[in-house]
Amino acid sequence: MKMIKVETEEKSKAWSVAWYLRDHWEAIANNKPILSMLLVVGFALSFAIPQFNLVNTYIQIIIMYIGINIILATSLNIVNGYMGEFSVGHAGFMAVGAYVSSLLTLHVFPSSLGFLFFPLAVIAGGVVAALVSLIVAIPSFKTRGDYLALITLAFTFIVKSLIENIEAIGGPRGIVGIDKLTTMPWVFFWTVLSLWVIRNFIYSNYGRGVLSLREDEIASRLMSVNTRQTKFLAFALSSFFAGVAGALFAHLLQYISPRVFDTVKSCDILVMVYLGGIGSIAGSILGATIYTVLLEILRPLGMFRMVLMPLLLVFLMIFRPRGIMGLRELRWFVPIQELNVVKRWRRRKKVTDANSAS
Amino acid sequence: MPILQVKNVTHYFGGLCAVSDFNLCLGKGELIGIIGPNGAGKTTIFNLITGVYKASQSQSSIKFNDVELVGKTPNQITALGIARTFQNIRLFKDLTVLDNIRIACYSQLHYSPWEAFFHLGRYSREEERIANLALDLLEMFNLDGMAEEISKNLPYGLQRRLEIVRAIATQPKLLLLDEPAAGMDPAEIDQLMEFILWIRKKFDLTIILVEHQMRLVMKICERIEVLDFGVTIAEGLPVQIQNNAKVLEAYLGKEGTK
Repeated sequence: MKMIKVETEEKSKAWSVAWYLRDHWEAIANNKPILSMLLVVGFALSFAIPQFNLVNTYIQIIIMYIGINIILATSLNIVNGYMGEFSVGHAGFMAVGAYVSSLLTLHVFPSSLGFLFFPLAVIAGGVVAALVSLIVAIPSFKTRGDYLALITLAFTFIVKSLIENIEAIGGPRGIVGIDKLTTMPWVFFWTVLSLWVIRNFIYSNYGRGVLSLREDEIASRLMSVNTRQTKFLAFALSSFFAGVAGALFAHLLQYISPRVFDTVKSCDILVMVYLGGIGSIAGSILGATIYTVLLEILRPLGMFRMVLMPLLLVFLMIFRPRGIMGLRELRWFVPIQELNVVKRWRRRKKVTDANSAS
Repeated sequence: MPILQVKNVTHYFGGLCAVSDFNLCLGKGELIGIIGPNGAGKTTIFNLITGVYKASQSQSSIKFNDVELVGKTPNQITALGIARTFQNIRLFKDLTVLDNIRIACYSQLHYSPWEAFFHLGRYSREEERIANLALDLLEMFNLDGMAEEISKNLPYGLQRRLEIVRAIATQPKLLLLDEPAAGMDPAEIDQLMEFILWIRKKFDLTIILVEHQMRLVMKICERIEVLDFGVTIAEGLPVQIQNNAKVLEAYLGKEGTK
């Protein structure tokens, strides 16, 4: 009898800890200063981990992949989540960024000073990818939905066969011997920058235009939204960061070939976005992290990994059709200006409520 | 000087003539009604004025404050000062009431994409200005308590009201109301009448009303155009329209008029 009591007591203790953590978690998520603290700690760690080998090299590389995948998932979320289109061409933009930056660091910039020119190469990769996104942005003025998805699919094939057929950039063999310039601090920096810029974009006038496109395109045009401008910006920003991620990826793997950036890669990114939840930055971070880690954990299963992962996805879509965070956002990722608007509104509401009550 | 002048506007859907040779001259501050049986081309006229459809004949012309609208995109036309509501409510359903209003202020916010990306310069100032503007507008229409509500969760009547507020947020001079009384009971229609007259005065608007509810149209419109199969069959004061043989025929058929 006594035993049972102890057991239940312990159980309730465990529960209370769980509940406490849950309550705590909400407080943490609502506390913006914790985010800046995390950023500082993360930045310090990104230097410390490779310096003192806090974890082995394999895990270091996985951490960097997580960062790159977060950039990819968040940037694809602009088009697929916030704008409500369905783009399957993200790997194409990634390829553009990877090739442009690799060619720059290999042939244009002096290799002895590679680490100095690396940021320039990454930006160049992003900019060229953003320019190439015009190919997809212009048809999107006229079509949407399934047809735009087909256009983006065609785009990945164009990029892949173009690269395969240009001997000067390695053709189907790809580029080997790229310097390993992607370091953990750089990955951390680019991940935070991309999250910050994408967040700022979403919570701006242009971002609201993007959201209205998802809701009702005709109505948004009739509410004075310049839909061409917003579509162009959304595609350009999305592919800029895809290009950045591609550049980081190339300088981490040190080898790129057209096969790396095929539709399977695009599907990987799509899975991360829909796993984490559309229209949510927190969701993209979660999705990219979970997917990357799971793929690595399941690696010993060999071929069965590719059976288990899609199955997992099927179950997720049954039980959580909008992904983990679908259309919800942590307050961490809401700009202070936006929170102030709500605060101001609450204050006003309180005043009017008090007036009407008296 | 007329605020809106529509001349020889014709529109076809395939081989079907939806609007034929439509003409309209609208003075500043007027409130006119367009009525007609279902499929008469009333909503098509709104779509032509706002640029959703392109007027198909080359000699057609729609002038708003002496600016030619034919060939302009819907967002340019809205920014010039023409706003509309929709027959079936077309709010941005999954967004908050406040965001619905702020989206309508799109053309009134002045900062570049760079300022948005990096939170530079005018971003904070402009965002604050527009948020206050939107909250003031919501307060004026007693919707401020709902600002953070997802708009699809609002009751039907409030959704209708929000749609009108959203149209007003684009700062129009001309407001096109497409069946604002659809699905309302007589008491609500009476309220709506007061409401329309009030916004006209308050925001100095010119209004075109498309409506099936004769009670509403006959009571508040100063002038009425009657359409049937895309052709204007009558125009004039409400009293004249009520007794017009052609109108009765369009609505009731030949037998009904005997």
